[in-house]
Amino acid sequence: MLRLSRTLTSIAAAAALSASAEDSIRIGEYACLTGKEASLGMSSHQGTVLAVDHVNEAGGVLGRRLELITEDTQSKPGESSTSVRKLIARDHVVAVLGEVASSRSLEAAPICQAAEIPMISPGSTNPKVTETGDYIFRVCFIDPFQGPVMARFALNRLKARRIAIFSSSTSAYSVGLAKFFKQAFIDGGGEVVAEPRYAEGDKDFKGQLTAIRAAGVDAVFSPGYYNEGALIVKQARELGITVPVFGGDSWEAQSLIDLGGAAVEGAYLCSHYSPDDPSARVQDFVAAYRRRYGGDTPDSNASLGYDSVLVLADAIRRAGSTEHRALRDAIASTRDFDAVTGRITINEKRDASKNAVIIQVRNGRFQFVESVSP
Amino acid sequence: MSEFLQQLINGLSLGAIYALIALGYTMVYGVLRFINFAHSDVFMVGAFIGYYVGRHLPEGTVWGGLIAMAAAMAGCAVLGIGIERLVYRPLRSGPTLNVLITAIGMSLFLEYSGQLVFGATPRAFPSIFPAKLIEVHGLIVSMNQVIVIVVAAVLMVALEFAVFKTKIGTAMRAVALNPKAAQLVGINIDVVISFTFGLGSALAGAGGVLYALNYPSIDPLMGLVPGLKAFVAAVLGGVGNIPGAALGALILGMVETFVDGSRWSTYKDAIAFATLIGILLFRPAGLLGRFTAEKV
Repeated sequence: MLRLSRTLTSIAAAAALSASAEDSIRIGEYACLTGKEASLGMSSHQGTVLAVDHVNEAGGVLGRRLELITEDTQSKPGESSTSVRKLIARDHVVAVLGEVASSRSLEAAPICQAAEIPMISPGSTNPKVTETGDYIFRVCFIDPFQGPVMARFALNRLKARRIAIFSSSTSAYSVGLAKFFKQAFIDGGGEVVAEPRYAEGDKDFKGQLTAIRAAGVDAVFSPGYYNEGALIVKQARELGITVPVFGGDSWEAQSLIDLGGAAVEGAYLCSHYSPDDPSARVQDFVAAYRRRYGGDTPDSNASLGYDSVLVLADAIRRAGSTEHRALRDAIASTRDFDAVTGRITINEKRDASKNAVIIQVRNGRFQFVESVSP
Repeated sequence: MSEFLQQLINGLSLGAIYALIALGYTMVYGVLRFINFAHSDVFMVGAFIGYYVGRHLPEGTVWGGLIAMAAAMAGCAVLGIGIERLVYRPLRSGPTLNVLITAIGMSLFLEYSGQLVFGATPRAFPSIFPAKLIEVHGLIVSMNQVIVIVVAAVLMVALEFAVFKTKIGTAMRAVALNPKAAQLVGINIDVVISFTFGLGSALAGAGGVLYALNYPSIDPLMGLVPGLKAFVAAVLGGVGNIPGAALGALILGMVETFVDGSRWSTYKDAIAFATLIGILLFRPAGLLGRFTAEKV
């Protein structure tokens, strides 16, 4: 017993020593590395890791290294709050990065706000996320912008007048995007003739799709995640629905193509950037990402994860410290920051205002169609 | 009209899959009076066996599909028998609650071992059967739907035959009626129970492959929802009753599909389960179940 307690004391002493010797800046990240939305979470995580390495290779921030501590939310409700509490209370991180899914960002944001730890979401587009409070930021555009972009795309490019919106009733992202799309589509002179709903995790959509087919539409908009998206397009084609089916930015995952196969060929979706962009900033990033991850091309979430670190590192540099209030003010005053997904300016609502990109699945790849500015 | 018929076909193919899983629940309950919660995870393992076998077979051939399905059925039968032998049998003489809790533990064990072995990310299931669309007067039936309905029907008829026309089936019914008396007339209960688990798990394996064929995204937690629905279907039809399970599954599949196609699609599960409560209020033992008062 005595020996045991002596060992414990020496471990504690060693821990205290290493804590004081260690002079890195700790950043927390919570992401869905496993589970349903793992494709999105892994992309954003890989982008984040790459950015931390790049910052450290360039000498770190304020002469200190960045240290990334990652927690997996397993794509499950309830895990985000646990992860973020752990990062703040146990790991004493100076800022938190995450999540991709709006539902999970909404879960963690109040905790960061209460602890006054700045949080930057890479890819949550629901407007409510940053409305939580003045410590919550994001580096992507929001659904009140994305919805109208897709509505105009449907009206002008797809020439759709009658449309069905097939959304998920259990995801904050899907509900919000469906609402903003609908408003803009009706304002543009279109008509929404069917609005069936599904729940996250559903696999059978033929009931709703049969009703959509009977309603006779020019196109189907399905805001939601890639898992359901792939099955929806597949089953729509199986029911003989030949009109275009298109989605939002959470369809952009290799899994959409893997799961959907030939059925998703020709599907349109919204995105945050295109790896085909010829600018040096983007091409350097794409090349570095490919080198690091065995030739994989970075998707939107990878680039947003990358940008979230760069915006944070830039803010720490400008703040000159990691004191949370100074850091918050520095992030809030980000102007025209040259990031991979475009020039990021954090507006008064703590959202990034940036271009959106429309892409299409062609020959089993996501390919650039057009870019839309705010 | 064509919309109604189309929904009927959609409901039928969904119900057929629920039926294959429900049969396993109901058979084990009929014989042992206990609910095997790990059944839905055996279903998941079936889908994964189909996935690994199917990848090594040429896509889109009938014999390839049948081989993958046979492999899944055999693998699941072995798994089911193994679970019963190693986990449930030592507890059989104890209170029923112990086995029930153990079954929940077994279910979680399979789900989370699955996450460890297969990974938690959904995988695309290969299209092992020929994918074709059959169109008749605006009515579209996919080859997969036909396969699901035909295979489910064949397996159910085979099951009915096994239970009522074979020696081991008679023994099963004898054990279900009175295990002690069955033992007294020389029936080896252990063999009968192993057989029941094997048969039920094989059906779950087939169900797993058929489900994955229709909804080609599989993950270790995929058994949860269909397992729950199938369990409900078994209760709806009268748990312990084989045709009842099939009927319950069909009703559930139809209700879900028609609610999905209406403008109340948000309330799909609420309406499906309200139907269940409604039916059980009027027929407490389920649609085809017999209500027997317990003598104290």
